[in-house]
Amino acid sequence: MDWLNAGVQGVLLGGQYALLACGLSLIFGVMRIVNLAHGVLAVLAAYLSLFLVQQGLPLWLAVVVVVPVFAALGYAVQRGLFNPALAQVRARGAGGDSRGGGSRGAGELAPLLVSFGVAVALTSLLQEVFSADTRRIPTGDLASAGVPLGPLSVGLLPLITLVVAVAVIAGVQLFLARTPTGRAMRAVADDPGAAALTGVDPRHMYAVATAVAFATLALAGVFVGMSTQFSPGYGDLVLLFAFEAVIIGGLGSLWGTLAGGVVLGVAQTIGAQIDPQSGVLAGHLVFLAVLVVRPGGLLPRSVPA
Amino acid sequence: MSVPTVPPTGAPTITRGGRGSLIGAGGLALVVVLLAAVVPYVVTLGALSSLVMLFALVILGTTWNLLAGYGGIVSVGQQAYVGVGGYALIQLADAVGAPPWAAVLAAGVIGAAVALPTSYLVFRLAGGYLAIGTWVVAEVFRLVTMQIDGLGGGSGLSLTAFRGTDRVDRVAFVYWFALALMVAVVLGTYLLMRSRVGLGLTAIRDDRVAAGSLGVAVDRGRRLVYVAGSAGAALAGALIALSTLGVTPGSIYSVSWTAAMIFIVVVGGIGTIEGPLVGAVVYWALQQALAPLGTWYLVVLGVVAVAVVLLAPRGLWGLVAGRFQLFPTTYRVRSGRI
Amino acid sequence: MSVLEVTGLEVRYGDLLAVDGVGLTLAEGETLAVLGANGAGKSTLLAALAGTHLPAAGTVLLDGAAVTGMPAHRRVRRGVALVPEGRRLFGSLTVEENLLMGRYPRRPGPWDLRAVYDVFPHVAEMRDRRAAVLSGGQQQAVAIGRALLANPRVLLLDEVSLGLAPAVVTRIYDAVRRITAEGTTALVVEQDLDQALRVADRVQCLLRGRTVLEAPAAGLDREAVADAYFGITPDLRTQEN
Repeated sequence: MDWLNAGVQGVLLGGQYALLACGLSLIFGVMRIVNLAHGVLAVLAAYLSLFLVQQGLPLWLAVVVVVPVFAALGYAVQRGLFNPALAQVRARGAGGDSRGGGSRGAGELAPLLVSFGVAVALTSLLQEVFSADTRRIPTGDLASAGVPLGPLSVGLLPLITLVVAVAVIAGVQLFLARTPTGRAMRAVADDPGAAALTGVDPRHMYAVATAVAFATLALAGVFVGMSTQFSPGYGDLVLLFAFEAVIIGGLGSLWGTLAGGVVLGVAQTIGAQIDPQSGVLAGHLVFLAVLVVRPGGLLPRSVPA
Repeated sequence: MSVPTVPPTGAPTITRGGRGSLIGAGGLALVVVLLAAVVPYVVTLGALSSLVMLFALVILGTTWNLLAGYGGIVSVGQQAYVGVGGYALIQLADAVGAPPWAAVLAAGVIGAAVALPTSYLVFRLAGGYLAIGTWVVAEVFRLVTMQIDGLGGGSGLSLTAFRGTDRVDRVAFVYWFALALMVAVVLGTYLLMRSRVGLGLTAIRDDRVAAGSLGVAVDRGRRLVYVAGSAGAALAGALIALSTLGVTPGSIYSVSWTAAMIFIVVVGGIGTIEGPLVGAVVYWALQQALAPLGTWYLVVLGVVAVAVVLLAPRGLWGLVAGRFQLFPTTYRVRSGRI
Repeated sequence: MSVLEVTGLEVRYGDLLAVDGVGLTLAEGETLAVLGANGAGKSTLLAALAGTHLPAAGTVLLDGAAVTGMPAHRRVRRGVALVPEGRRLFGSLTVEENLLMGRYPRRPGPWDLRAVYDVFPHVAEMRDRRAAVLSGGQQQAVAIGRALLANPRVLLLDEVSLGLAPAVVTRIYDAVRRITAEGTTALVVEQDLDQALRVADRVQCLLRGRTVLEAPAAGLDREAVADAYFGITPDLRTQEN
């Protein structure tokens, strides 16, 4: 029974990881940027929600505020930081540097390095503002509420998280597949130059993609904040978990990311069942095992986002 | 697409090194002599220990630059090898009883030995995903280390090999040894980059596909870089443990080591031998100056790194590199026309 | 008023002056063929007209308004559609999705999906296939259709024949003829003189970035075109004779 319970908890935990991974996957799919600030940004969303709740806002209203704020932040970060970094990738690709001295500069590493700088600065900033103490967003009875499922009792909050994760992934997938903007986003991912010839401004479309990604990441951050004791440094783990979910599921498939999140979640809860200290390690090891056995991930690539 | 609009009026000249390099190299040698022969007799022991950290930072920056600047491998997980080096030093010096200098060198070898099989794992990932993959590996190293009781579990190990040694003798030994190690690593990197292997690596950095089509062994080159760079991180980790007399898994496996490496290389100038030297001095100086501000200094470092990548992508060294090279690895073409 | 009026255009790649003071005009409904050997500056000229590579000097007027420095994505919305060299379809999108990308600027006009499928019936049959799996000729048809769906004031075609079998090229140019015959203003860059002459009202020859010949397509002296192609000046020819 304990093992079954651990498995079910793992599946639910996977929902949280998939929700966290959704934005990472989207940004990579559209512009090949791996955003190393992803985790700390989710933690920032958790802090922001906590702050609003402490000011007396109901939690749902805090979410309604934080998600659009993060979408706007995503748009701004893309226009202000990531797009200039991407421009350097292009400049290098065109062999734009002819001065002597050997180095070509940051070049294609620029987006990665910029996002790492943001991650370092933001983590430390959160520590200065909120201290390194762990926090949790108060949820009243929600955190302890359970739903009977056969012989087991399933936490209501993890269940809601999983449902929201599935809804968000379905929503993003529909947006990409069915809307003109989603189509344009896939076109930009394929060939930004050709997309510009059809009237799409790639820099704007990248920013829209990042806005969507940040919105999902903010939502994920709120759920993390409700279910886990978090601190500024927790962003590192969030980034690793989201990344593992993406890779286990297979690059370029949001449903694969959901599957990857579930595999990771189950690995962690089963691992913790074996040895309470080893849950996170078990997740990492499963990730590395997938990397060895199926470097392309468990699901084949489908939609390029 | 078309003919050149201004035809060259004379033959281009190609140079490497030159008078600027000789003067620069002479200046650098002078700095090393000063650090070796004068500095230890005029500064405090605390300052010497702080300089050991600077030397470790130079090694960290130089070897991360080898990875990213020449191999195109952005690893965010080099703290894995800093940790391996630190733990290896203490085990070799305390449990095995090796002399400290030999234990540091052996720690570097162990770092390389661990990096080789690991490379087969992380090289399955590309670009940015490789970056996080290496971070996962570092986390695994840390978590596994904490599970091993013989390595002190979560509380780490203390170095006992120096017990009974006079503090002045110990600090002086560590200082001179660290200085020698730093000089060796920087010179070794320079010679590697000037060698045939280094030429291939530069080709890989500039265009991996083209280099491969010209017969450069791309995979082997990248693996060599990864192993050498990781050995360097392990050497630095061993030095750090030697200087601080202990390790804890939380600090020796901290991602902040990699953050320091990235800052040093990016701010100094990626893909040059000189850049990490400049970057390490800047990082070390900022750390000393901003220490009273607590974690604010990391905020400053992050913001500075972002600004440098976007505004001066060739780093501080890039701002002067057009004039002269201390370590001439590349050739420069001067066209004959004015 | 001309749809397109270009004066004194200079386009550089670093130190290279690829287009050196080219001027051209394109009247409503007219088709101009720009000819020239490899490296004559034809594609660079088109890039400057489409806004993918901005010129160093000169002006580009579209319906009398200057668009010289306007980036490509805004120029499409004003009615300049380029069929780029190498087709550049979105490989992971379906054929129909590629065509619908042409509708992105939402310009009103005669071209809709049905009109494109009428011109390229075989494209309609593959509307649900991913563009990456199409043959070169099919891809070229989709690329032209995508540009048409922007309902452009001027259609720019860059080396449509490149890499295609002669029979396929002929079929594509049959379609281009239908398109231009229906009143679409077009500028065709082509190395294949015969195909270009099938669709063009006028030709303009480039040599090393400069215009060396302008003439109506009807009754064109092919020898003069060949001379212009290879830069043989009349006095050179006289000396030979």
